[in-house]
Amino acid sequence: MNLFKIIIVIIFFFFSLAINAQDSNSKLINKISKNIRCLVCQGQSIYDSQSDFAISLKLMINKKIEEGYTEKQIYDYLTNQYGEWILYDPKFNKNTFFLWLLPILVFLVGGWIIFRKTRFIKL
Amino acid sequence: MKNKALPISIIIFLVFCFVIFLKGLNNTNNYIPDETLGKKISSFTAINFFNEKETKSDELFAGKNFYLLNIWASWCLPCRNEHKILMKLSQNNSIKIIGLNYKDNLDNAKEFINDLGNPYFEILRDENGTISIDLGAYGVPETFVIDNNKIILKKFVGPLNNQSLEEIKKLIK
Repeated sequence: MNLFKIIIVIIFFFFSLAINAQDSNSKLINKISKNIRCLVCQGQSIYDSQSDFAISLKLMINKKIEEGYTEKQIYDYLTNQYGEWILYDPKFNKNTFFLWLLPILVFLVGGWIIFRKTRFIKL
Repeated sequence: MKNKALPISIIIFLVFCFVIFLKGLNNTNNYIPDETLGKKISSFTAINFFNEKETKSDELFAGKNFYLLNIWASWCLPCRNEHKILMKLSQNNSIKIIGLNYKDNLDNAKEFINDLGNPYFEILRDENGTISIDLGAYGVPETFVIDNNKIILKKFVGPLNNQSLEEIKKLIK
């Protein structure tokens, strides 16, 4: 009877490990999918899209995770195939520096205008 | 003069935005970078359309020919429209056309080939679409022109037309 209980516990232990591994895989797929642009409906991420190519891309990400790729390696692989454009979070480089610096520039110019205006009102 | 500077700059900004959006209306909505051009085609293994045997791309593209890799599906209407172009190209001896049947029902795909003719030297099946992703494809139909060193010379996203036919002929001269 005791042996039976031990076997049941061991089975449940390995079963929960398998579920946990699957769960962490799907969490990572979802995380990556939210940052990958859909190839067909380009305003959406593949997480939101149900187009055939978005589904294929999610399958590919799953395949790469199972092959042992890290998140960064998957982004590198997709960037190599489709260019940096496929990422919703592009890296800072000579092509994207304006995209990254524009909000800071707008914030500084806006702040300067507000500063000038409020100083003018006080006077 | 100072008071007029702000409304003038706002108007200039709005006109600038208007021109940008107006220009955008005339452009295609889909942005397609050419990342795979000049690169070697990815190696893959796929099931053969007719005999269900596994086929390695490296063995398929091993000859000293030019190759045309065409991604198609029976459910894709533009694929029907470009088929006559592929039939014309299949008569050219210096190029071999390889078909990659994307996420298709096998019976429907066979019917498509029976109805419209078979321009392909070989047809492989991409059952879940991951091979097309590995090739860097954007949709169906899509066609890659590959040289005898397995380098991608040109990519046609969307259906082939008479203009692309002429471009292909120039490339394989």
